Amino acid sequence: MRAVITVVGKDNVGILARVSSECAKYQVNISEVSQTILHDLFCMIMVCEVDRLTIEFGEFADRMKQVGEELGMSIQAMHEDLFNSMHRI
Amino acid sequence: MYNTHDIPETITMIQDEHLDIRTVTLGISLLDCIDGDIDTACRRIYDKITRTARDLVPVCEEIEREYGIPIINKRISVTPIAMLAAACKTSNPVKFALALERAAKATGVNFIGGYSALVQKGFAAGDYALLESIPEALDVTEHVCSSVNIGSTKAGINMDAVAKMGRIVRATAERTADRNCIGAAKLVVFCNAPEDNPFMAGAFHGVGEPDCVINVGVSGPGVVRAALAKSEGLDLAGVSELIKRTAFKITRMGQLVAKEASRRLCIPFGIVDLSLAPTPAVGDSVAHILEEIGLEKCGAAGTTAALAMLNDAVKKGGVMASSRVGGLSGAFIPVTEDAGMIDAARSGALRIEKLEAMTAVCSVGLDMINIPGDTPAEVISAIIADEAAIGMINSKTTAVRVIPAIGKQVGEELSFGGLLGSGPVMEVSRYSPAKLIARGGQIPAPIQSLKN
Repeated sequence: MRAVITVVGKDNVGILARVSSECAKYQVNISEVSQTILHDLFCMIMVCEVDRLTIEFGEFADRMKQVGEELGMSIQAMHEDLFNSMHRI
Repeated sequence: MYNTHDIPETITMIQDEHLDIRTVTLGISLLDCIDGDIDTACRRIYDKITRTARDLVPVCEEIEREYGIPIINKRISVTPIAMLAAACKTSNPVKFALALERAAKATGVNFIGGYSALVQKGFAAGDYALLESIPEALDVTEHVCSSVNIGSTKAGINMDAVAKMGRIVRATAERTADRNCIGAAKLVVFCNAPEDNPFMAGAFHGVGEPDCVINVGVSGPGVVRAALAKSEGLDLAGVSELIKRTAFKITRMGQLVAKEASRRLCIPFGIVDLSLAPTPAVGDSVAHILEEIGLEKCGAAGTTAALAMLNDAVKKGGVMASSRVGGLSGAFIPVTEDAGMIDAARSGALRIEKLEAMTAVCSVGLDMINIPGDTPAEVISAIIADEAAIGMINSKTTAVRVIPAIGKQVGEELSFGGLLGSGPVMEVSRYSPAKLIARGGQIPAPIQSLKN
């Protein structure tokens, strides 16, 4: 299964390091990273493999949200199927 | 594979534009709970609902977390209770309402619908008693919703039931006058009621449905409005195209959640309701879409045309996004649940007569409208008859959910809180239809019914 992690907020030092170390902690493999500017905000999108995730995906999503709060950013981990179904026929 | 620029669009839709799944509704047949002894029947009802719906709320919450999609309501709809009441004629059907309430609390759902009767062509055993018990049932319960189908294109309109429902709507509001007449907000009177509708207060589980089924209702007026706001200078064909594309995306999300809920609960997937359901939150309003299309205020001349186009585009976009479509499917125009409608009603731009015209071209009917507390029962009956006539002749669902604001007059406000919202008391015609309503009988099925 693949998941999409989005990080939105004011740019700062160490965001990528913090998010990716959190991923490594739970055996999440980052396969793609891209950055854009959305409404003048830093926006990072990571596509990840979560097959070897050591905790429940819902719990991982909560954990990422919490990391976001600590960084003062909005971080969401979502199942990839949502984007596939909404944007592809 | 999606493009990465699709991802921020989806996130913005969910976080800023109120995109959500309005409801996952589990339909449960209670036909196997029928018993001549009401206490036995109630016990079976409670057992079946709590057994079947045990995992509904946890599974929906799991899906919310994994996909990052808010699922606002988890609901249950059941077989019209009048059919169960038919077997125990001497008992007070309110016992059924109390059993449903207990089951709703035990499963943690937001609402349970199906305290209902289908009387479009006349009353069968159980129907009278159920109708008469509605005011008490909605007074003593919190989660139970009630609906009565009084007409259809195939059957015509049962005007005896219409006369009765005028009195029952009033009595329900009176019994709950100390709670802002909330009872009447949980009661809807239908013509051509769909049997797979996931939305309250009108959801019930039709007799032609399987034993249990998952139906999903989507939402997303904010997304449609935002898409329109970003696209200046489109002609109306362009506006319609844009709405179609947006509705497609919204509905795909509904389809995904419906399939996933169905798989995880091991309950068949029924339908996705292609709806645009507003909430009182700012930015989640159907009225604001109409205003974005080009009206100074919802209710202005042109509102019906804009709504017809919106409703049609939502269906065209949604129908390809889902494998099975049903329910009410279309734009909803509940007054107290829509910030733009509330504004328009307060300012006098939107009147009940305009709302009636709008119901001819959109999904439901006169929905969540506060009317003066001294409105006579026969006026409420006549409002129901007018709406039912629109539904009967146009082969569509129409409904009436009006709330007589007991003790209040035009211009005063009534507030329900939560998704039911708040709004001003609106003016209704003071001329009497008493003689029409007192005639009773049946309006025969129209010529449109002869399709064979």
